Amino acid sequence: MNGSRSNLVERLGAAVLGQVSYVGGIAIQFGNSVLALPRALPLVGRKTRWRSAVVQMLAVGVQAAPMVSIMAVCSGFILAMQGATELRRLGALQFVIQLVTISFTREMGPLLTAIAVSGRSGSAFSAEIGSMVVTEEMDAMRTMAIDPVEFVLAPKYLAALIVVPCLSVLCTACGILAGAIFMRCSAGMIFSVYFRGVLQSIVVRDVIMGLLKSIAFATIIVHVGCLEGFRVRGGPDAVGRSATAAVVKSTFLVILADVLFTAILYLTGGD
Amino acid sequence: MTEAPAVSVQDLVVSYDGRRVLDGINLEIARGETMVLLGGSGSGKSTLLRQIIGLGRPESGKILVNSVDLARCTPTELKKARRSIGVAFQNAALFNSMSVEDNIALPLREHTRLAESTIRLMTWMKLAVVGLAEFGKHTPPELSGGMKKRAAVARALALDPEILVFDEPSAGLDPIVGAELDDLILGLKRAFSMTVVVVTHEMASAFRIADRMAMLYQGSLIAVGTKDEIRQNPHPRIRQFLDRVPDRLTDSRAIEGHFKRYLEGGEL
Repeated sequence: MNGSRSNLVERLGAAVLGQVSYVGGIAIQFGNSVLALPRALPLVGRKTRWRSAVVQMLAVGVQAAPMVSIMAVCSGFILAMQGATELRRLGALQFVIQLVTISFTREMGPLLTAIAVSGRSGSAFSAEIGSMVVTEEMDAMRTMAIDPVEFVLAPKYLAALIVVPCLSVLCTACGILAGAIFMRCSAGMIFSVYFRGVLQSIVVRDVIMGLLKSIAFATIIVHVGCLEGFRVRGGPDAVGRSATAAVVKSTFLVILADVLFTAILYLTGGD
Repeated sequence: MTEAPAVSVQDLVVSYDGRRVLDGINLEIARGETMVLLGGSGSGKSTLLRQIIGLGRPESGKILVNSVDLARCTPTELKKARRSIGVAFQNAALFNSMSVEDNIALPLREHTRLAESTIRLMTWMKLAVVGLAEFGKHTPPELSGGMKKRAAVARALALDPEILVFDEPSAGLDPIVGAELDDLILGLKRAFSMTVVVVTHEMASAFRIADRMAMLYQGSLIAVGTKDEIRQNPHPRIRQFLDRVPDRLTDSRAIEGHFKRYLEGGEL
């Protein structure tokens, strides 16, 4: 009995230490990447890093745009249809405009984008870095006195900081457009009336909060994805496991961060 | 005044998960010398190599490379020390996303302010030294195993290091390609008077390229000496290694212990 209790305490302690070490790892990596970020900027940084960041922007942003757009259009339709079912009964169908606009600006635009980027790029970052660890490329980099955080992570981080907010804006626009198509088809509302309603519903504070969320989500996705890759030990199977862990952990942390942002917005009188 | 050794390992202890992998290693590698680290699988030779190239943190002891202690130096000193060491990894560790010439140009682009045309010329020269002048535009997956290893040597030479380190250079290569690589190591040493450290368990290769040899067994150095001294060493493990005598894989005491524990109600 005593043995099993001490075993339980031991396992609990090991789990807590593991989590503390993970959070510490993320914090150190984040600090190092912030210091390395200027060296990936155009004009002031190294040309090769900026070139690498542009390649990442294409991979993380441009190639994800069709998927994010389709997801946003589908979600926009779903939200408009679900909202319309209830609001029609109350004779307030026009409030679908506010429902779709506010939901996408504050919440769904950044969140849907983060989920799409986490699934596409978070796993790709982890797999790429994990493979480099397994094939000793990371060790080779270190022995050449090249900092892997600056060489591999900083361009990815810079790219994500630029393209994730852009994707989030695209996602919001597509969601609102889906609402317009729905209102045109179901209630015969002309586009100019719809978009006038949209402009009246958009608040600068919501837009800024949405963009801030996107930046936070981009930070989570890049750092969790890269840390999972850097922590790969063993063979190719560990690379697969790290890619799965990157998606699961980053999606979980994105939702956790979203709750935090929404709570701040709510407590400061935004909702 | 005697010249300081290129590499000096003093009372080095390394442990992983409470298991002692290197136990009080003392080794000096003189400038211009070729030192071959020998040992069976799990003897700790790769761990020792990782310590020498600054990729590991020891539990205690010193690793002095050009008189800089890699275990206690500042990041700037470590960076400088690493630039004086060229490493050719066992699996070449070339960046698959880059061409061979970009792999070799990478350290030059990172650490020098040379013009691109000069970097390209230097890259071509390094490739020519290892006999790959025609293959610069290829990507690593398009090369054979031996060519990859030679490309890795070219990259290790990029910054004209004082110390060149090879991890299992002949592993996975046929005897002819392995011998070619030995020739390359000997040629490089003659041409550039480098200090060379080689980890291997290929005896023919070791005896061909070594000035001195160090034999590791269970995390300890059991012998350090010239080729002849190692050949004549009576230590049973060295004799077993040189005469290719297999270990007893089934240890009856271990099996007995397992059964005893099982019969006493424990788990196997």
